[in-house]
Amino acid sequence: MLKVEEIQTPVAFSAELIAQFADVVSRYPEGKQKSALLPLLHLVQAEFGWVSPPAMDKVAEYLDILPIEVYEVASFYSMYLLRPQGKYLLEVCRTGPCCLVGAEKIMKYIEEKLGVREGEVTPDGLFSWRGVECLAACGFAPVLQIGPEYTFYENLTPEKVDKLVADLTAQSKN
Amino acid sequence: MARKLLLEHINVPGINTFDVYRSKGGYAAVEKALKTLTPDEVVEEVKKSGLRGRGGAGFPTGMKWSFLAKPEGVARYMVCNADESEPGTFKDRYLMTYIPHLLIEGMIVSSYALGAKVSYIYVRGEMMPQIRILEKAIAEAKNAGFLGKNILGTGYDLELYVQPGGGAYICGEETALLESLEGKRGNPRIKPPFPAIAGLYGCPTVVNNVESIAAVVPIINDGGEEYAKIGIGRSTGTKLISASGNINKPGIYEIELGVPVEEFIYSEEYCGGIANGKRLKAVVAGGSSVPILPANLITKTINQQARLMTYESLSDGGFATGSMMGSGGFIVFDEDQCIVRNTWNFARFYHHESCGQCSPCREGTGWMEKVLHRLEYGHGKMSDMDLLVDVSKKIEGNTICPLGDAAAWPVASAIRHFRDEFEWHVTNGPEAITRNFGLAHYADPLPEPVAS
Ligand SMILES: Cc1cc2nc3c(=O)[nH]c(=O)nc-3n(C[C@H](O)[C@H](O)[C@H](O)COP(=O)(O)O)c2cc1C
Ligand code: SF4
Ligand code: FES
Repeated sequence: MLKVEEIQTPVAFSAELIAQFADVVSRYPEGKQKSALLPLLHLVQAEFGWVSPPAMDKVAEYLDILPIEVYEVASFYSMYLLRPQGKYLLEVCRTGPCCLVGAEKIMKYIEEKLGVREGEVTPDGLFSWRGVECLAACGFAPVLQIGPEYTFYENLTPEKVDKLVADLTAQSKN
Repeated sequence: MARKLLLEHINVPGINTFDVYRSKGGYAAVEKALKTLTPDEVVEEVKKSGLRGRGGAGFPTGMKWSFLAKPEGVARYMVCNADESEPGTFKDRYLMTYIPHLLIEGMIVSSYALGAKVSYIYVRGEMMPQIRILEKAIAEAKNAGFLGKNILGTGYDLELYVQPGGGAYICGEETALLESLEGKRGNPRIKPPFPAIAGLYGCPTVVNNVESIAAVVPIINDGGEEYAKIGIGRSTGTKLISASGNINKPGIYEIELGVPVEEFIYSEEYCGGIANGKRLKAVVAGGSSVPILPANLITKTINQQARLMTYESLSDGGFATGSMMGSGGFIVFDEDQCIVRNTWNFARFYHHESCGQCSPCREGTGWMEKVLHRLEYGHGKMSDMDLLVDVSKKIEGNTICPLGDAAAWPVASAIRHFRDEFEWHVTNGPEAITRNFGLAHYADPLPEPVAS
């Protein structure tokens, strides 16, 4: 469980991030800057790993909208993480077509391999996993994705999961 | 070999780059449209082609375009629906990954036809790699003078932007998509007004699927009449089918509309038959929202005609013995698959994705998920099947958007065609968790056709 102080840790947006924000806002007509909200939340999440309340408040301030307008959007869409996750969040498709070719077995394998239940983080802080709905890759099932670039791993087998976890563990040490 | 209009050059190395795409005749449709056709003439060609929306509803694209309101001094918008989240459907991701310029070219021609000066491609947020690909392709096209100010010296200006979604199936529904593009929750709007009158920012807007927009390119290049020669009756042209499940060759196939379903499943050109030497049990032919059909009804209609991959043939027999083309997500089940488990899985999906605005959808999808869960795990009652049908009927037609129907149909059709399998789950609870039901009575001849 997170402590209130941790959730409320103030965030600072870098100049580069603000420049990216400005580029996004320029895509919409005058006065329609709220359209930038979803893209901005993705940028924030890529930077910090999740969208915290202080970060949402700052986005609201930047777009000149009410904080509630940001909260209601962030909580509606499944991609926005309102709690910190492992460094690598494995999102495995759990929908029908993937289940026809073994998605449920792969999820069970991942759960046993990482030793944490869905939504929990491994003690080293590296991994978490969750089931998500159809990722539009049903012909290459089972599949999982890892943000913030949403790289796909297709036609999963236990061996491929082993290799992925080993590779990511090694990568995290660099 | 079937004619390919969209994927003809998909295997050409470097086709994702502007130069290679251009060398294969790319952007000829933009030149032709902008230099030799008026916007209305482009709309006319699309009407003649008979193209029907490839996003699921199958509404004629040219007709939709002709409904667009054109008040003086008000901006108009063209929006591409690349939200692709219907379970079983993965063709748009494929198209955007491997031949992004086809979509960009289609967007330029479509935007010109509708008089849009700013257009958006709304891509589901999980497709970050595809968003990067599209952004690169847009930059290349702009560099070459096909986007931006005064395109090809014709005086037409167009800016094209890519917008990521946030992970919500409902944002594929066109008015929810527009809400989302305005930076709000994806709650579908009550229609009317339709987007053609009041869409993005309250301005006249057309929303079309990726594949529909891509199909405009060959339609302009070859002419609408030429396009309409492919296919059967009101199902013209080619269609991308996403094939998944227990088949030897899952993937994306461009078919000429009219291919027999049996050929599609068993021929080497397409799915290559059922995997692991198993037998066919059932097919969901058009994405998770359409009714499931047992093996004998998917290959033949109730009147013993060969069923074809067309809008009309797939829906032959109505909901009693037919299904729908939908988005072309063709999901194949072998004899080991459990219909109850799959129906529960789909019900969970719709419950998870319901936006929560209408009580029948918000509550009904939740009940269906719960009842199906208890059936699957051996705690069901014989009365549960009627309960499910009752709940599904109360959702159907009583909601703001069609997600409610999309949630109701798979459940109702599974019970209609596989009731014995549901009953077996009730009478054999513990066994049903570990062993599947296998093939059912539908392997036997069906009763005589009933006059509808
Ligand atoms: C719940 C729901 C989800 C939908 N998802 C999609 C989708 O992911 N992609 C799409 O193109 N159309 C989707 N549609 C259909 C759109 O509302 C709309 O009809 C379509 O984008 C129009 O384009 P078209 O005429 O080119 O098919 C969905 C509809 C509903 C009700
Ligand atoms: S039918 Fe469901 S998804 Fe559609 S508006 Fe109503 S609650 Fe939302
Ligand atoms: S069902 Fe898993 S990607 Fe579509």
